[in-house]
Amino acid sequence: MPSANVDKNSIGNGLLAPVARATSGERPVRGVPFPASSPLPVPTPAGREVKLSVNDLVIGYLDKNTGHTMVAVDKVKFDIREGEFVTIVGLSGCGKSTFLNAIAGLVKHQHGEIRVSDKVVTGPGTDRAMVFQKASLLPWRRVGRNITYGLELSGMKPEEAREKASYYVNLIRLNGFEHHYPHQLSGGMQQRVNLARALACDPEVLLLDEPFAALDAITRELMQQELLELCEKVGKTVLMVTHQIDEAVLLSDRVIVFSARPAHVLADVSIPIPRPRRAEIKESEEFRGLVNQIWSVIEGNANIGGGI
Amino acid sequence: MKSLTVIPKSYAAKREKVINTLLGGGVIVFFLVAWELVGRLALVNPLFTSAPSRVVKAGLALIQDGTLAQHLAVSGTEFLLGFGAAIVVGFPVGIMLGWFKVVNASFGPFIAAMQATPRIALMPLFIIWFGLGITSKIVVVALSAIFPLIVNLQVAMSTIDADLVRVARSYGATRWQIFRSVALPTSVPFLITGLRLAAGRGLLGVIVAEVFGGSQGIGYLIQYAGATFQTDKVFAGVLVVAATGIALDFSLERLGRHYDRWRGESAVH
Repeated sequence: MPSANVDKNSIGNGLLAPVARATSGERPVRGVPFPASSPLPVPTPAGREVKLSVNDLVIGYLDKNTGHTMVAVDKVKFDIREGEFVTIVGLSGCGKSTFLNAIAGLVKHQHGEIRVSDKVVTGPGTDRAMVFQKASLLPWRRVGRNITYGLELSGMKPEEAREKASYYVNLIRLNGFEHHYPHQLSGGMQQRVNLARALACDPEVLLLDEPFAALDAITRELMQQELLELCEKVGKTVLMVTHQIDEAVLLSDRVIVFSARPAHVLADVSIPIPRPRRAEIKESEEFRGLVNQIWSVIEGNANIGGGI
Repeated sequence: MKSLTVIPKSYAAKREKVINTLLGGGVIVFFLVAWELVGRLALVNPLFTSAPSRVVKAGLALIQDGTLAQHLAVSGTEFLLGFGAAIVVGFPVGIMLGWFKVVNASFGPFIAAMQATPRIALMPLFIIWFGLGITSKIVVVALSAIFPLIVNLQVAMSTIDADLVRVARSYGATRWQIFRSVALPTSVPFLITGLRLAAGRGLLGVIVAEVFGGSQGIGYLIQYAGATFQTDKVFAGVLVVAATGIALDFSLERLGRHYDRWRGESAVH
């Protein structure tokens, strides 16, 4: 693992020259490697720069009832390359949300290392942005000022932030809603504002914590479709947590299966379905095969551990 | 994507409002008429009961000879200075009690004990310490008004949405930024409620303090008129105090509504 002061150009395991990166100010050049209109399968991003690297991560927590330190996440190790969409699935309570909170810097880990663009994570930072399951918008701020909230916290003036966020406001089709208060929006719309707030910060890695779990089934399907299109357009590096396997397969380049608590990686499944994808692929043989494959891994683990 | 829903106030709701206004107004009118008749028909000696017409006459006389303005200026000054001091001190104290656990643990019990002490009972002490002039009244007003403010802001801090704090933290917010962007806006409705309660207590403080001892102010006017059996003047003075209280409460309520726009129509009452 290269140390933090190594020049960016020398990393990426030396396989290929790193992809040209957007310098601050320019709008997402990062989207270029994935032209949305391209009918070609997306090339596996094996040669790309490692965006998020998790190495032997151990997260413990104090069980207040017993007073013992319990292990929630046990020696998890994987890398995510630039532009990859990776999803973690696992049984509820397996520690996947704890894991994502640790990546966000909200939960301390006891052992191991998290690096984003080769910088060691020690707390929350602007290189990551989290979309929580609950929209958690500031109810007294209009949509516009909610979207720029993250930028304002990083010290940007509201007008400047609005300018910077406008790209994503258009992309997520929230224009015209800037002057609404959150309570005037549906759950799906609120969640889009939540997503826009995270994207406006232009993070290196976007973290999604069961982003659609609180939505009704129809809205969820629509939002999955929208997120799919959005990610194919902007080519963000995404790490998502969900317990819906079909959602994971639809959206991801890779699905990582966590075991029951303490969580470790059971399987790391590539999803070779070509992009751009549409929801119809859920009907395909290949899609169902992948879902079944992932399901059998989870089921096998649950049976061994008696986890259900 | 349409999600803005404006629910028009239904006809039934409007009708109910009209009926309620008529009922409420009717009772007041009935009371005033009955009061007037008690005096006019000499059912009771008007020296005791006065009557609305006599109160109005006495009030107009007080306005014309400038007495009312003079007393009102004194009471107003006492109230505003005391109320202002209560806000300046009470706001940060309440916020700190709610925000910092250590501050609450240290000063919470002391403040609870202070709150339980009737401030008016301390008036003789205040007169010894600050004299019969305006200062002792300001102290009473400030001490009467400060506790509702402190308690409300303390409660406000405990209602902060933990999810909003988590979001702010995930965006790297400092503690000060969390305070500014989450805690302060959360506290606004509580601050307004606190101010409304504080205004009522403060007004009571002014009047009681002036009745207790002094030579100026509406409270003194009421006390003096009472001691000299001028019931009309007593009622006129009380009317002025009541009107001030209603006006203050109304404006604070409007202010609260203004800052509560984001809750939407249904939540504003």
